[in-house]
Amino acid sequence: MENLLLQALNGLASASSLFLVASGLTVIFGVTRIVNFAHGSLYMLGAYLAFSIVTHLPRGHAGFWGGVLLAALAVGAIGALLELVLLRRIYRAPELFQLLATFGVVLVVQDLALLSWGAQDLLGPRAPGLRGSVELLGLRFPLYELVLIGIGPLVLGLLLLLFKCTRWGTLVRAATQDREMVGALGVNQRWLFTSVFFLGSLLAGLGGALQLPRESVNLHMDLAIITETFVVVVVGGLGSLPGAALAALLIGELHAFGILIFPKITLVLVFLVMAVVLVIRPRGLFGKAQVAQAAVASVAEPVLMRAPKQLKWLGLAALLGAAVAPAYLAGDYALIVLTDMAIAVLFAASLHFIMGPGGMASFGHAAYFGIGAYGAALLAKWFAAPMVPALLAAPLCAGLAGALFGFFCVRLSGVYSAMLTLAFAQIAWSIAFQWVELTGGDNGILGVWPDAWATKLHYYWLTLGLSAAGTLLLRRMAMSPFGYALRAQRDNALRAEAIGIGGFEFRWVAFVLAAAFAGVAGGLFAFAKGSVFPTALDIPRSVDALLMVLLGGVQTLAGPILGALAFTGLHEQLVRATDYWRLVLGGVILLLVLAFPQGLAGAVRQWWESKGRA
Amino acid sequence: MVGIGFGRRSVLGGVAALAAPKVGRAQAEALKIGEINSYTAQPAFLQPYRQAWTLAVEQVNAAGGIHGRPLQTVHRDDAGKPEDAVRHAGELINSEKVVLLAGGFLSNVGLALGDFALQNKRLFVASEPLTDAIVWSKGNRYTFRLRASTYMQCAMLVEEAAKLPAKKWALVAPNYEYGQSAVRWFKELLKAAKPDVEFVAEQFPALGRIDAGATVQALAASSPEAIFNVTFGADLTNFVRQGATRGLFERRAVVSLLTGEPEYLDPLGDEAPEGWIVTGYPWDQINTPAHTLFRDAYRRRFNDYPRLGSVVGYDTVQAIAALLRKANTTETEKLVDAMKGLNFGSVFGDVSFRAQDHQSTMGAFVGKTVLRNGRGTMVDWRYADGAKYLPSDAVVQTLRPAG
Repeated sequence: MENLLLQALNGLASASSLFLVASGLTVIFGVTRIVNFAHGSLYMLGAYLAFSIVTHLPRGHAGFWGGVLLAALAVGAIGALLELVLLRRIYRAPELFQLLATFGVVLVVQDLALLSWGAQDLLGPRAPGLRGSVELLGLRFPLYELVLIGIGPLVLGLLLLLFKCTRWGTLVRAATQDREMVGALGVNQRWLFTSVFFLGSLLAGLGGALQLPRESVNLHMDLAIITETFVVVVVGGLGSLPGAALAALLIGELHAFGILIFPKITLVLVFLVMAVVLVIRPRGLFGKAQVAQAAVASVAEPVLMRAPKQLKWLGLAALLGAAVAPAYLAGDYALIVLTDMAIAVLFAASLHFIMGPGGMASFGHAAYFGIGAYGAALLAKWFAAPMVPALLAAPLCAGLAGALFGFFCVRLSGVYSAMLTLAFAQIAWSIAFQWVELTGGDNGILGVWPDAWATKLHYYWLTLGLSAAGTLLLRRMAMSPFGYALRAQRDNALRAEAIGIGGFEFRWVAFVLAAAFAGVAGGLFAFAKGSVFPTALDIPRSVDALLMVLLGGVQTLAGPILGALAFTGLHEQLVRATDYWRLVLGGVILLLVLAFPQGLAGAVRQWWESKGRA
Repeated sequence: MVGIGFGRRSVLGGVAALAAPKVGRAQAEALKIGEINSYTAQPAFLQPYRQAWTLAVEQVNAAGGIHGRPLQTVHRDDAGKPEDAVRHAGELINSEKVVLLAGGFLSNVGLALGDFALQNKRLFVASEPLTDAIVWSKGNRYTFRLRASTYMQCAMLVEEAAKLPAKKWALVAPNYEYGQSAVRWFKELLKAAKPDVEFVAEQFPALGRIDAGATVQALAASSPEAIFNVTFGADLTNFVRQGATRGLFERRAVVSLLTGEPEYLDPLGDEAPEGWIVTGYPWDQINTPAHTLFRDAYRRRFNDYPRLGSVVGYDTVQAIAALLRKANTTETEKLVDAMKGLNFGSVFGDVSFRAQDHQSTMGAFVGKTVLRNGRGTMVDWRYADGAKYLPSDAVVQTLRPAG
């Protein structure tokens, strides 16, 4: 009994830490609608800065707590700076485009932190006077954890006061509800956004700094916290502080008790919680329908146009060029890279199909890529299937998974839907990771090589052919009556419904198709690499797909193709050229984001159209 | 500590220049080694590894290279992704024309590279991946591994654990293959050595995301007499902090894998636990001639002390140099044959690659942790020779496919 009570306190302490970080993210999202991937990096910076400041200040209460606050303020300033020089310039870009920019920041911060603080984990000093523990029910409980349990609700209270009782807070709440209206009433949105970013980043920094007496400061903190933070924010309801608090509490406690029954639950718990909550409550626990969203949705996306003749010829020439390229490029390595690129193009195109024409972002598209890869690999391993039938199984498996997961995901909208895809992807990932007997766990499935008849060149042609066919088929479908209906429900669900186009069916079918095509890419990937690991359906792969689509431009059909080529090409070159490829890649992404807010293909189209008018 | 990050830049800047053959020796074509590792994902272990690798290559070349040919290394970063490692392997073999592949830190990357080596019939010298699968269940003709495996290090610790009076054990391990196999071997071997032990609790926090407070509480609730710990890195630090504050380790024996390695012990500073039975590397106390030479050279070159990663990087180069000297060819099949039973002088003494399973006999140091001058180190340690902690040949044969 005592143990269970203490376990509940442990849950509270984790919940409190989690809430601090999540509160910042939810405030930022509520007002700016930015999916801030860099929030974890700000948290990490908070911890590192606190380490540096506290160890340089004199020991004692003033030194420690002063250092923590200074670090939080510094991170707040960094956040405000990010908003000023980067995000402010791209608010008008298509939805989610800012995610690309924040991802660039993540990469840059990872290398800067390594350069500034070194590779070794740092152990910060403990809080003065709170080193020890108190006896509760005959068991010892750390004093600092007790303080932490208090800090969470304290911050929540202060924030609620700030939002209820100040003019600034009123404006923030108004902007969370209806951004356009606030602007129409003459409020300076720029200043509001910067200040919100300052506050949100400060909270992230505070969350990180307060971990100093608890945990080591290390280079993995950013990615370790970011998904969990997003889950808390989404489960609570985007923009809702009490929601985030409740969600943090729910996850903290479920985790503390969950590990008593299932010690391996940590892997998947938060995603199970998110899936259940979102299926039951599509806007999280306390989320509200946003007025602003309805207003934005009535502005139609640019109409997809048939490719001009010149572009068709260009595409055909590029394809032919790709097919005969191996004859002119020396060595097998060119083949490997070209194969990788062809796979990436199909994968990105499949995601674009639901993101662009479908209007549903997915943060978990790797699930279908990975399920395709595992489907092919498992068939090859357990039934000794030759390559071709195994490859046929890939879209089948992925399509089935897409039908199952999509059934739930397409009912939701916006970030909620995207996060539900992430939840399902992580559940699939944890199955691949944990079901060692079937999938080999994280040691993966080895020996999935192409049949003897397929040399590297043959396999490349097969990949190129399937990738080109798949991409063209997706393009054809986007232009078909089905594609028109799909775009109609994206642009205005209500009007589409009125003329008999049911959103659910079209979105669902589109989701299954996208999943199946991602599965083809996954199957090809399995045989290209010779082995499949859970990384095939892990978050970084989903993020890669998102980056490719966003980089290329979500509003054109050529976007994902260009984006995939640019991203894989850049990555491949930079990794070989420098040890600090993350810094350079992140920097290049940031430059591209600022230069081409419509994406690469979007920029080309703009140029083409302006030429046409002239 | 902060200096390391800055130090690395200058070091890496120099690598390209140093690894390239000197102009004077331009006639002798360099022997190229392709090295792949998770540099950006695991810098804490791999920076010291890479530094020592560079040092070893410099030393080999300063001594005239291999039969007059200098060694040259092409490093690649797989960022912790097996598929990237496989792509780099393709590039290194096809474009860079390397003689052999080496490296690997994560087990899945090691396995992917091993499978690539088998498919492409190239030699792969795995330096660090600890998984038993790489030489046993997924072992193949072309893959060899240097570092003492999960099984070997568990066997070393079980020897000590069996001497303890404790009967009720609790276990904590990161939830992935390494943690799972460590727990499996520990239980199996300890049960065999001491049939009356029981295992009262197991915790498997996700790697890098331990909820230390809850995990410590869950272990304490089962009131074990002893604890077997497999967590390392940030998980270990957080586990130790919470465990110490809550008194988890008081009046309890703790047996812990890898915790004596400076990579994991040093970040703990003056909070390093005392009296834990660990495998590790007491770098400041090993005064054998080979180790002293290595330590002095490393300090001179990098103005820093060696970590275990440094030993692994240095010895991988030593093994490869010995192989190339012995085989005097770059033909893979002949290299593989020469690698079987290859003997070389490692920093820890003579080590050989077993012909039966391609595992090296490199051992580890077993001892107890202690605090000295405000930092953790090891006492009462001994070198456990890897050769003595491997199953019999008959057992190995059942564990490994032929080849």
